[in-house]
Amino acid sequence: MEKNDSKPQEPGQTKPDFDEPGDSLNFTRRRFMGTMAAIGGAVLASKSTNADAKEFEGSKDRYGVLYDLSMCVGCRSCEKACNEENKLGAPSKPFDDPSVFEEQRRPMVNAYTVVNRYANPKDPSQPLFRKIQCNHCNEPACATACPVHAYTKNPEGPVTYDVSLCFGCRYCMTACPYYVPAYDYNSALEPRISKCTMCYHRVKEGKPTACSEICPTGALTFGKREDLIKLARERMMKNPGKYVEHIFGEHEAGGSSWLYISSVPFETYGFPTDIQKAPLLENTKGFLASVPLVFTIWPALFGMLYSATKHRDSSDEGSGDHGKQEDKK
Amino acid sequence: MSNDSMAKSDNFRYGFLEKLRMGMSWEEYRRSLLTPFNIIAAIILSIGLPLIVLRFVKGLAYVTHASNEYPWGLFLGWGLFGGVPLSATGFVMATAYYIFGFKAYHPLVRLSVLTGLLGYFFAVIYLLIDLGRPWRIYFPMFIGYGTASVLFLVAWHVATYLTVQIVEFSPAILEWLKSRRVRRWALMITIGMTISGIILSTLHQSALGAMFLLAPGKLHPLWFSTYIPVMSLCSSVYAALCMIIVVSTLSARYLRNRADATFLGNLDRLTLGLGKGAVVGIYVYFALRMIAIAHDDNWALLGTPYGYWYLVEVLGFVLLPAIIMSSGVKTERAAFIRFGAFLGVIGVLLNRINVSIVAFNWNLPGHLHHIIPPWREVAIVAAVATLHILVFRWIVNRMPVIREDETYHELHS
Repeated sequence: MEKNDSKPQEPGQTKPDFDEPGDSLNFTRRRFMGTMAAIGGAVLASKSTNADAKEFEGSKDRYGVLYDLSMCVGCRSCEKACNEENKLGAPSKPFDDPSVFEEQRRPMVNAYTVVNRYANPKDPSQPLFRKIQCNHCNEPACATACPVHAYTKNPEGPVTYDVSLCFGCRYCMTACPYYVPAYDYNSALEPRISKCTMCYHRVKEGKPTACSEICPTGALTFGKREDLIKLARERMMKNPGKYVEHIFGEHEAGGSSWLYISSVPFETYGFPTDIQKAPLLENTKGFLASVPLVFTIWPALFGMLYSATKHRDSSDEGSGDHGKQEDKK
Repeated sequence: MSNDSMAKSDNFRYGFLEKLRMGMSWEEYRRSLLTPFNIIAAIILSIGLPLIVLRFVKGLAYVTHASNEYPWGLFLGWGLFGGVPLSATGFVMATAYYIFGFKAYHPLVRLSVLTGLLGYFFAVIYLLIDLGRPWRIYFPMFIGYGTASVLFLVAWHVATYLTVQIVEFSPAILEWLKSRRVRRWALMITIGMTISGIILSTLHQSALGAMFLLAPGKLHPLWFSTYIPVMSLCSSVYAALCMIIVVSTLSARYLRNRADATFLGNLDRLTLGLGKGAVVGIYVYFALRMIAIAHDDNWALLGTPYGYWYLVEVLGFVLLPAIIMSSGVKTERAAFIRFGAFLGVIGVLLNRINVSIVAFNWNLPGHLHHIIPPWREVAIVAAVATLHILVFRWIVNRMPVIREDETYHELHS
């Protein structure tokens, strides 16, 4: 019986069709669980998926970006580099126009990343800046939400979106805890989601993202996620008292490729503080695991109730007018 | 021979057209359409239908807030999340009648199945208006399998269940068309269809709630709960019973000449029975809501503005209809039950709109501005709802829904 779901059974083994054992696990589990969800089938699946989830830690060699917020000066060269790299078209205001800081912006159809200005509670003359883009979660809620599998968590770290599959339900936008995916509401025929790709085309070739390559202050560091976590800790140790004791993105919603360290509390920058530690996928797993149970048990249960009713009817028939008993409910 | 069959098909064509105008001459039929209700409906449609066209010409931005923080608005909040639980009527009544053997409710079964069928059909219409690329609606079935998604389940189940409901309602259509043999086949698979309906409804009614499990930080904690799938399912059951009471009351009043004596004569008594069922369901649901608050220990939040709004919903539109209906059951007054059921239906709609719109993104700045829909969105919703009523009336006017077709009377099982 256990052999039915041999695929997700062995977490350590490399599967031929994926480069990364960790991610192959992720994908297999996703696909497997949902197939069950749609059609209903082997009941044991829920058990084995739970066991796997505890062991899944993601691809070890995936990349990320460490963003040291204390070093960001709001020059917006990352915005410019991103715009050019991804050919997003001319912006409505040039990249050296400081008036954009007058309002809080968010990633949009024509901007995968934006830099915002925030008041500095320690020193009002030194405003704070934060670049916003997709965090490329380890277990992305957008990918979990997507009913057409338009999102992919790539083994290298980037979460990418395939417009050729998207039908525009926008559940990814509902699910993303960081409000990242943007939608092209003005397009009647080809609306699409826009979001940072973490320069997947570059990362695949071993090159850093365009934004981290251009950053003149060293606020953005591209590298293996594991190394970046060590680097972040190192900075905290070398500069006692400078940083808040938290790496944002290490554990938020299961962790993300983008990691943040800051010298002021993260809420100063408008970071959400109520993000759960477990991947959001965990929240729906119990529900989806119950789907095959309903498919298996309900026909028997309600079939039996039907037989019971029929049986009662036929034994009533002898005593005359049937239907009268039921009339009274 | 060929002459004969030609005459037959001519006859059929003539008969069919006559059926469409309910046996009236064209002149009579045209005159019968000029009623105050139809004039109001025509006005609503003449505003809403062009707006639907414009939505597909200019994009969703033309009719909605087009917000990246608020991906869903009234189309889904009202049409899908609100419409689907109120359309559980078919599944609830078919289960009661065919599986549990509540044979006395026979006069209401078809009405319930029709209400459910049209409810799902129009929920899909709202969805098609809201989807970015509606022509890809079949993608979850055949192109991209987002199998870890709760919405994937909803898509599959709503599509399958819509088919099941067409089969369930088909005897009425086939009687109308006097197609004896096909009707018999349709009746043969009734039990199988009913059980499929129970499975699919259990899962997608709860899935519509489970969809919000992915947005714990965005949905206000008074509405967010790990119990939300169970609460959605439970509320859909009593919503269905209340909806049948409301729809049968309105049908008996406004489509009286289409109802037979069995329907009209039994309605008060059946309403009492339905009310009894609804009361059980609504108290269970009320208890679940309380358990959800207790489970997360959110009692303190009841003292905040969102808490007051929560109390309006749960006391005014869950507990109050429950009390009104139970007093109706106790004193055997159908009017009380009808009023309670009406409140209950509004309560379920209010809950779904609260979950998907009012309490969603509650902590974003300027939230209250965002939850007020633009007039074009409202006009489209009004037009689709009007169309819904017109199609319902069109069918009840013609097909044996609240009456029995005399030719088939003896065949009913």
